[in-house]
Amino acid sequence: MYNPFSLKGKTIFITGASSGIGRATAIECSKLGATVVITGRNKERLNETYTQLEGNGHIQLIADLNKTQEIEKLLSNLPVIDGCVNNAGIVKTTLTSFITNEALNEVMQTNTIAPILLTQQLIKKKKLKAGSSIVFTSSISGVSIALLGNVLYSTSKGAINGFVKNAALDLATKKIRVNSVTPGMVETAILNDGTISNEQLKEDMKKYPLKRYGKPEEVAYAIIYLLSDASAWVTGTNLLIDGGLTLQ
Amino acid sequence: MELKDFIEKFAEQFDETPSEEFEANTEFKELEEWDSLTILTIIAMVDEEFGIKIKAEEIRSVDTVEELFTLVKSMAK
Repeated sequence: MYNPFSLKGKTIFITGASSGIGRATAIECSKLGATVVITGRNKERLNETYTQLEGNGHIQLIADLNKTQEIEKLLSNLPVIDGCVNNAGIVKTTLTSFITNEALNEVMQTNTIAPILLTQQLIKKKKLKAGSSIVFTSSISGVSIALLGNVLYSTSKGAINGFVKNAALDLATKKIRVNSVTPGMVETAILNDGTISNEQLKEDMKKYPLKRYGKPEEVAYAIIYLLSDASAWVTGTNLLIDGGLTLQ
Repeated sequence: MELKDFIEKFAEQFDETPSEEFEANTEFKELEEWDSLTILTIIAMVDEEFGIKIKAEEIRSVDTVEELFTLVKSMAK
């Protein structure tokens, strides 16, 4: 059957696959025929993702990507891949006047430094084939707009925005593409840290022209486009998925 | 921390409302300056001063500065 978005024959590596966008991406990639390698820190939740994957031959690897030894161990167990989804990320709500060195380092380490170093290692260890695709889960926050309380998260995603453009340039000769998806608010557990109430979320949804938040699988489909051969001429870009929010 | 100090710290988080306006029985949600930014500021202040992560809904559940102080102190135990 004709399908330009098929991932058949491709091995796709996804970080932060224990929940949210990472989980949805892993499941949808498996449905499109990919062999999926998933990683996360939480054994039970990663396994929950694993059991929902379609097809066979998938791999799950527990790793804390903030620890160099765990990255090394992960890479030694990683097969050669056709795609990498740098999706793992955290949120730490705070305001500019309350930023601490500790909180800043924590967010930058997980959201920016770890995926950059992982990408570098994947290339150095020749785990990424020519023609492969790297996708970052970024955000409209820090790239197109700001959101209240998101100063640390925005900083980390703004940095990723810069990295994607330069890495795309550097890696073009190796025929490795680098892109990101920039979603608006997506219905995942990252919203449950308690600083935003349910009423506030409902009010916030009304600001979206399409009157709702995104679903994790909707972001997964965009990631899949960027992983597939259909986007073979696309590199260094952000794919906006925001229900129209940034139009206003 | 005593109530007096808490009121002072609470008042410090407001940029437009004069600090003299803040008392134990001030109904903070009725202040013109009260919005989603000030809620986040109070959450951050409580975290910084007491090491407690109070939720927006919990702040909204009380009316006066003194009631908030009592709530935070009870969470500190």
